[in-house]
Amino acid sequence: MADRIYVGTRKGLFEIARQKKGAWAIADVHFLGDPVSALLSTDGALYAALDLGHFGTHLWKREGNAWRELGVPTYPPKPDDATDDPHPWSLGKIWALEPGFVSGRLWAGTMPGGLFRSDDAGESWKLVEALWMMPERKQWMGVAGGEQPGISAVLIDPRKPDEIRIGVSTAGVWVSHDAGKSWRIMNRGGMYNEYMPPERREDPIAMDIHRLARCAAHPEVVWCQHHNGVFRSDDSGLNWSEVTAIKPSKFGFTVAAHPHDRNTAWFVPAIKDEKRVPVDGKVVVARTRDGGKSFDVLHNGLPQRHAYDLVLRHALDVAADGATLAFGSTSGGVWISEDGGDNWTAPEGRLPPINAVRFAA
Amino acid sequence: MPTVAFTRALERFLQAPPADVGGATVGEALGAVFASRPTLRGYVLDDQGGLRRHVALYVNGKPVRDRARLSDPVAASDRIYVFQALTGG
Repeated sequence: MADRIYVGTRKGLFEIARQKKGAWAIADVHFLGDPVSALLSTDGALYAALDLGHFGTHLWKREGNAWRELGVPTYPPKPDDATDDPHPWSLGKIWALEPGFVSGRLWAGTMPGGLFRSDDAGESWKLVEALWMMPERKQWMGVAGGEQPGISAVLIDPRKPDEIRIGVSTAGVWVSHDAGKSWRIMNRGGMYNEYMPPERREDPIAMDIHRLARCAAHPEVVWCQHHNGVFRSDDSGLNWSEVTAIKPSKFGFTVAAHPHDRNTAWFVPAIKDEKRVPVDGKVVVARTRDGGKSFDVLHNGLPQRHAYDLVLRHALDVAADGATLAFGSTSGGVWISEDGGDNWTAPEGRLPPINAVRFAA
Repeated sequence: MPTVAFTRALERFLQAPPADVGGATVGEALGAVFASRPTLRGYVLDDQGGLRRHVALYVNGKPVRDRARLSDPVAASDRIYVFQALTGG
């Protein structure tokens, strides 16, 4: 049973603990006042990426009760002849932090689009240069049109840890089969991007991948919450089909995949994309249990009147039991379910805007 | 030797006491500080070695001119002050 949740917010890291069945409470606060952009709980350690703005991005690790600062991903010197690169060679923020399923290995997906690897449990980081130096990377587009591109998801197959897939907002899905030495774009067909010019709408590199999630027991099943809707792949991200049954709307940022059941996934839809608030002011979770053919709209315990909570890419998580879920919103709401989403409870408190929610591993 | 002092806002994250250091430019003086406090570098400079966008650096009360390469000359009696104006809600 999952009993601890880490919540990264614009004003600190909050630790939520299970008191008893259906009752959760804020148990601790760390880095109060500092923006936390990404979290990872693995191998008994907790990693927190702080996005300090004025003072840059920094990575901290907790082992036992002690926090200490680690090395941070750093981009190499920009060559003088790289003037046609539209993106900065400087760390914006750490957006995705994932375990590598090899002792000591971690992956960090960042803005402006660099993937970094650590082989010493986060002490030091190396840019995956083969990805960063690809000529195609210059075509990657910034999130929301003007900002930097960001790696929003890093998927590692625990059985084949050298096989890496990344989802980029906005540049589609990329894969490496050799631990990052070579890369190719992966999504061949099935996705489309409505906001692009007509001739580019089905271009694989034009896909705005808000978030990817894969079924841990069936890693070939990958779900995507895309800017334009929900897509599902049964071949590890090569071919995609749109999941049109999603309701109450197809726009959203996040997705969580059931760790064992290939047909179950959860989404938190919102009104597309110029408004970005829940449909009818009701916070709901959409759950499919039949591979996307149909959805339940779950709302027991969630606010259903004048609620304008938006749930960002990394702010929904499902625990290893496949039944305990948690998500957090840009309005600071946190909701937890112990029964797969049928019923939700909220810990007491009003949190800052939430970037990331992760169960303790 | 130039003196380098840092805003107290950094004390939340790490130690950054004032230091008397060598160096003929702002960049060399900062480099001398970071040689003994390597973690501090990333709080002040970006990945390309320029001042972070919202970090200010003054020499004897005047803003540094070269924020990218930190080439402004400094003399032994100069005072370098690194700070920032906190913004946002």
